[in-house]
Amino acid sequence: MATGKKIDTPLLDQLEKGPWPSFVKELKGMAVRKPMIQDLLGQLEMSYREKRGHWKHGGLVGVMGYGGGVIGRYSDSADKFPACAHFHTVRVNQPSGWFYTSKALRELCDIWDAHGSGMTNMHGSTGDCVFLGTTSEELEPIFKELTDKGWDLGGSGSDVRTPSCCNGPARCEYACYDTMDMCYNITMAYQDELHRPAFAYKWKFKFSGCPNDCVASIARSDLSVIGTWRDDIRIDQNAVKAYADSGMDIRADVIRKCPTACMGFDGKAIKIDNKQCNHCMHCINVMPKALRPGKDTGATILIGAKAPIIEGALLASVLVPFMKLDKEDDYQEFKDLIAKIWEFWDEHGVSRERIGECIQRVGLGNFIEEIGVEPIPEMVMHPRTNPYIFYEEYFEEGDAEGAEEA
Amino acid sequence: MADKMSVEAIADAMFNIVKEYAGKKRYKSTDLTKEILATYGDKVDKADCKAAIRTLMDSGRCVYGYAGGSFIALPGIEGAAK
Ligand code: SF4
Ligand code: SF4
Repeated sequence: MATGKKIDTPLLDQLEKGPWPSFVKELKGMAVRKPMIQDLLGQLEMSYREKRGHWKHGGLVGVMGYGGGVIGRYSDSADKFPACAHFHTVRVNQPSGWFYTSKALRELCDIWDAHGSGMTNMHGSTGDCVFLGTTSEELEPIFKELTDKGWDLGGSGSDVRTPSCCNGPARCEYACYDTMDMCYNITMAYQDELHRPAFAYKWKFKFSGCPNDCVASIARSDLSVIGTWRDDIRIDQNAVKAYADSGMDIRADVIRKCPTACMGFDGKAIKIDNKQCNHCMHCINVMPKALRPGKDTGATILIGAKAPIIEGALLASVLVPFMKLDKEDDYQEFKDLIAKIWEFWDEHGVSRERIGECIQRVGLGNFIEEIGVEPIPEMVMHPRTNPYIFYEEYFEEGDAEGAEEA
Repeated sequence: MADKMSVEAIADAMFNIVKEYAGKKRYKSTDLTKEILATYGDKVDKADCKAAIRTLMDSGRCVYGYAGGSFIALPGIEGAAK
């Protein structure tokens, strides 16, 4: 049902002023041929006027067999805005690294134009290509058309959310492993967990090729894979000289900004005490022609980040300081680790609790003991702290009484 | 070892739980699996429970719902759609 009735939107109109792109302008353009968008504008204006939202979320909406990929959204004012009574979101699994051909983009837009509002969000914060606004009746046809053309839905709810990665070696010389290959591999390996929610709450994988962490995996994923190296930073001293000759103040801009003060520059060459380097990437980012990550590359595996929902935000902490990530072995070491973590989470997780919160509740020590990972000094939450020390191992039976007497 | 239950029999047992508690309790996949494991002991394992849930979903006997977290329900109209 459609009203398609144009209504005045004085508050939204404010957002068309100024030199910036305006979503209101875009929506008005679409509203001419999409009654759903016309009513969306009406409802949004009402929300701005009343200073409250008019959407209801959730329910049993989805496609047959899948528990993820569709987020039910309904208007609580369907009597006034019937064309957007249903306004469901469809998440489409994006290609690794967000590489699309223009043909692929047209394909997606054509499907969405035929079956939904036509409005997209490229991309959602998890990484999916997001289609905004359709009705329950259109979900199966959308799903069929997408899958016929080789696309699939992404995750939502208490499942593996669509994994995402930086474009890594496709465009970036800093990549310490093949992020796109690993992201694709993991996406395919965990299809069941992605489409059929089986966890206490959501689980996000994100893959960054180096410590610059362009997909912000350390802050936004339950399981963060950040490329790193364990040998020495590669230095091209001729390029260092060229930077100096071109006027770069290497001492001020590079050496003194090294957070661990492990660099030196004698006016001609750079020296690095690599044992003290914490791989912050600063020097490499400033002098990309002269400095490069080492050759013995892999990744650091971190666990437990999340945005604030029930508890406050958490940054991930290091679980495995270095993993080689063997493509030839199908990333088996990584998958074995995930299996152990999920086993633990199945056992101890409670509803709506992310793995990071679960670990906090159960205790970091208990967690790593249960998943069979050796506690080592690199497992730090903050520099110079170590929450994983197991003092019991250093005591003999009876030591406690002795200590008390002393 | 006890005779193993078939995936279909586990799916039936799960369906009965969801049906019995419809409107009273929202079962997540893990809750259903734990309940089946507790009831049938070594006649069942986690992998078969996972396959049973898939059977329930693919046949349309059950659907996934969402209310803060995902749960398993009978098909119908519930929550925000009402
Ligand atoms: S995270 Fe590193 S490898 Fe990936 S795109 Fe950013 S700088 Fe490049
Ligand atoms: S990567 Fe960071 S810590 Fe390491 S040498 Fe460069 S600036 Fe220093």
